Amino acid sequence: MDLKLDHHTKDGIEIVDVEGEIDVYTAPRLRELLIELVNSRFYQLVVNMEKVEFLDSTGLGVLVGGLKRVRAHDGSLDLVCTQERILKIFRITGLTKVFGIHDTVDDAIAARRAEK
Amino acid sequence: MATVELSFTALPAHVRTARLVATAVARRSGVDESLLDEVRLAVGEACSRAVEGHQLFCPAEPVRLALTDLVGRFQVEVTDTCSPDARWRGGAGGPVGTGITGSVPAGLGIAVIESLADDVQINETSAGTSIRMSWPSAGATS
Repeated sequence: MDLKLDHHTKDGIEIVDVEGEIDVYTAPRLRELLIELVNSRFYQLVVNMEKVEFLDSTGLGVLVGGLKRVRAHDGSLDLVCTQERILKIFRITGLTKVFGIHDTVDDAIAARRAEK
Repeated sequence: MATVELSFTALPAHVRTARLVATAVARRSGVDESLLDEVRLAVGEACSRAVEGHQLFCPAEPVRLALTDLVGRFQVEVTDTCSPDARWRGGAGGPVGTGITGSVPAGLGIAVIESLADDVQINETSAGTSIRMSWPSAGATS
């Protein structure tokens, strides 16, 4: 399956819904969207990966790049993911310590609010 | 001789095809279902690395994928034909922030592969680089 991207605002945080496969072919589209959102002054992001079927290191690079961009504006990029096969690559690479990873979008929003 | 050999133009769009073929052959070779995600991811990493290298240094050359059903092992070999001058580690190894892979830290793709397959051999020659990896299998099903 190809990559489907959508986004909407919830409680002042921009939610990016990702569906499908994030790899060397599709990751540039996600990168473009994250750049577009930051350029539009959305600095609090939650990437919902519950419908992501595949993620490789290219996708990780795009997420890390997005995190760097929002942090440059004192922003945040949290993830929503409960799928073991996706979480595994975050564990392998040690990125579970870099990203806030939550079970639901509401949990991610609540965690972000609690830090403010 | 490999059970299945695939050679594809070095375009990112074809990496998914390589993953799908590798996973299908692994399943048929008797690789346990619980390991198929690891095969899929490791093959994707190796092919992404090769594609990025080819796009930078030898775009006309195909990337080669060989899938072999050995006795009790399923072996995958991904071969690029980048020159020794292009000795980099791909998405996995170019300077951060360059190429297709954007912010991927150096060596990440290779590190992922090494953590997914319990037998990984990286062979660099004047002709290019091959990444050979394998997983236990129960042998081909009829």
